[in-house]
Amino acid sequence: MSVTGAPRPRRPWKRLGRPRGSPSWEARAAFLPYLWLGLFFLAPFLLVAKLSLSDVVLAIPPYAPKLDWSAGLAGVAAFVRALDFEAYARMGHDGLYLAAYLSSLKFAAVATLILLLTGYPLAYGMARCRPSVRQALLMAVILPFWTSFLIRVYAWIAILKPAGLLNMALSQVGLPAVDILNTDTAVYIGLVYAYLPFMVLPLYAVLERQDDSLLEAAADLGCTPFQTFWRVTFPLSLPGVAAGALLCFIPMVGEFVIPDLLGGSGTLMLGKTIWTEFFSNRDWPAASAVAIVLLATLVIPIVLFQRQQTKLMEQR
Amino acid sequence: MNAKPRLNIGAVRSSFAPWADPSASPLVRFEAVTKRFGGETAVDAVSLDIYEGEFFALLGPSGCGKTTLMRMLAGFETPDAGRITLAGQDLAGRPPHLRPVNMMFQSYALFPHLSVAQNIAFGLRQQKKPKGEVAARVDEMLALVRLEGLAHRKPDQLSGGQRQRVALARAIAPKPRMLLLDEPLGALDRKLREETQFELMALQQRLGMTFLIVTHDQEEAMITADRIAVMRAGQLAQIGRPAEVYEAPNSRYVADFIGDVNLFEARVTEDDGDIIRLASPEAPDGLEAIEDDEVPVGSTAWLAVRPEKMRVHLDPPPPGPNRLEGQVADIGYLGDWTTYLVELPGGRTIRAARANASRVVERPVDWDDKVWLTFAPDSAVVLTQ
Repeated sequence: MSVTGAPRPRRPWKRLGRPRGSPSWEARAAFLPYLWLGLFFLAPFLLVAKLSLSDVVLAIPPYAPKLDWSAGLAGVAAFVRALDFEAYARMGHDGLYLAAYLSSLKFAAVATLILLLTGYPLAYGMARCRPSVRQALLMAVILPFWTSFLIRVYAWIAILKPAGLLNMALSQVGLPAVDILNTDTAVYIGLVYAYLPFMVLPLYAVLERQDDSLLEAAADLGCTPFQTFWRVTFPLSLPGVAAGALLCFIPMVGEFVIPDLLGGSGTLMLGKTIWTEFFSNRDWPAASAVAIVLLATLVIPIVLFQRQQTKLMEQR
Repeated sequence: MNAKPRLNIGAVRSSFAPWADPSASPLVRFEAVTKRFGGETAVDAVSLDIYEGEFFALLGPSGCGKTTLMRMLAGFETPDAGRITLAGQDLAGRPPHLRPVNMMFQSYALFPHLSVAQNIAFGLRQQKKPKGEVAARVDEMLALVRLEGLAHRKPDQLSGGQRQRVALARAIAPKPRMLLLDEPLGALDRKLREETQFELMALQQRLGMTFLIVTHDQEEAMITADRIAVMRAGQLAQIGRPAEVYEAPNSRYVADFIGDVNLFEARVTEDDGDIIRLASPEAPDGLEAIEDDEVPVGSTAWLAVRPEKMRVHLDPPPPGPNRLEGQVADIGYLGDWTTYLVELPGGRTIRAARANASRVVERPVDWDDKVWLTFAPDSAVVLTQ
C-alpha cells in the first residue's frame, strides 16, 4: 500500500448522529434551568425593581404605576424622564434604613463567626470518627430539617422565655434567672442554631476528604498534633470555611423569622424593616427599594461563593 | 545470615559490611518486635539490626508485615512487644515528630496547598532554622533532585516522576539519621522506575545517609540495597546481600520469591562433606550439589536450580548426574532472554533460560523438540526448609 498521495481516509463516524442545525435533547434540557430562573427569579425581581421606582399613593394597590405600557414607546420615554429614584433617595435620608442595614450585616457577621467557632470543632470531630459513627452523626446534623423550621423557632421561645426551660434548669442548680427572650442574644442563639448544619456540612465535606497520610507526613517532619492542625488541616479546609461562611452569611443578612420571633423591639434587621414597610407603613416602593439594595450588596458574596464552588469542583 | 565461604558470590560494595563486624553497633535495632492488629499478628518477634550508612531493604509480598515494621520505626504504630532502639536510645513512647527519621510516603503525601519549595522547606521550618539557611538548603535539595525550575509549582502541576522527587527531597532536607522509603517507586512506570532505582542508589552513596526501603518488587530491592531482609507472614525468612539471597537462599520460600527457580524434591543418598548426592525419579542419573552444610542421609530435601543455570542441549550429553530429559512445551522470547518451558516425562515443567548473546543461532530450539537439560553441581542449592 502506498502512503503518499493516498486519499485521506473518510471518517464515517462523523456522519452519524443528528443532522446539523436542530439542537439536541441535551441542549434543550440545559435550557430548563434558565426557564426556571427566568420564571421564578428574574420575573419577580423585575416586578420588585419596577415597584421600587413607583410612587406611594393611598389606594389599592398602594402605589402608582409610573410605567404606562398602553402609551407604548412614548410611555416608556415618559417613565425614564420622570425617574427620580424617590424611594432610594428616601433610604439615603432616613437614618433608620442605614442603621437596619448595618445592623443586619453585623448580626450576620457575628453569627457567622460564632458558627465557624462552633461548627468547625463539630465537623472536625465528625470527620475523625469511625465511618460507622460518622453516618450516625451526619444523620443527627440533618435530622432537624425534618421538622418545621417555625416549630423549632417556637421551641426556642419555650426554652428562653422567663419561665421557660432554661430558667427552670438554672434555678434547679441555684443560679439566677436570665431574661434573654426578645433580645439580641436570643437572635444570635436562633441564628446559630438554625444555620449550624449549613456551616457543618461543607466543613465536614472538606475535612472528611482529607488524606490521613498528609497528617502523618506533617508529624514525620516534626509537627506536634497542634502544629499539624494549623499548618496542614486548617489551610486545606479553607475552601470549606469559605463555603460554610458564605452559605450562612448570605441568607442571614435578610433573615426575618428569627429576629421577628426571638428578637425584641430594638432588634434592627432588614428583613423586619422590609416587612414593616410593606405591611405596616404600606410603603411598597420603599420596601422594594430596601430589598433591591440588599440583593445588590449580597451579589458580591454570592459571586465569591460561586467562584469557590467552581474551584472546589475543579479540584475533584 | 551464613554466607557460604566456598561460594564466591559477586557482591556490591564488598568493602562495606558493618554487619560482619562484631564490634560495630547498629544504628537501628529491632528486638523481638511484635505487632498485632485485632487477632492478626502483623509482625512476629522480629529482630533486626541496621547499620549506619547502609541501604537496607525489607522485601516481601503485601501483608507480610514489612510496612508495619517501618511504620513502627517512624512512630506511626506502637509495638505490642519488644523494643526499637535508634543509636542506642529506646524509641518507646516517642511520638513521630520527635524521631530523627523521615519517611517518604508511598502516596508521596505532598501538601497540596504548598509549592514545591514550601514542601521541601516544611521540615526545616519545623526545626526553627533561620530563613537564609532554609532557603539555601531548599536550593541545594532542588538541585539534588534536578527540579530547580519548578520551585514555585504546586504538586498538582507536576508529573508523577517530579512529585516522587519532591517527596524524596522533602524527606532528605531535614537531614534525618535515617530515611524510610515506603514503596517509593511503585507509582512510576517501568522505564522511569528502572532509572530511578539507580539514581536512588547513587544518591544514598553520595549522602552517606542510612536508607530503609520497603518494597514488594524484588528487582528494586536487588538493585538498590546493600542487604535485603525477605519477610514472610510477619517473620524474617532471610537476611543477606542481594547475591546471597539469590544464589544461596535458605528456604524454598526465599528461592521461589526471589526470581524463578526449579525445585526438585529428592532423597539424600550420600553426603561426603563437599558433595551431596540425591535421588529423584525425575533425574535418571541422580542429582549432585556442592553444599557445606550437613544434610542427614535418607532425609528429604529440595534441590533448587535457577533457570539461567540450566543448559539446554539438542544432542544428548554424556550420561551423568544432573541430567534431565524432556520436550519443549513453550518458548518465551523476551529479546534479551529466551525462556524455555521443558516438560519432563513425569509431566512437570522445568524452566530454562538463555541469554541471547548473539543475533543468529545455528540450530534454534523449537517447540516440541526433544532436549536435555544439565546443570553444574555448584549451580544447585540444597534446601531442607
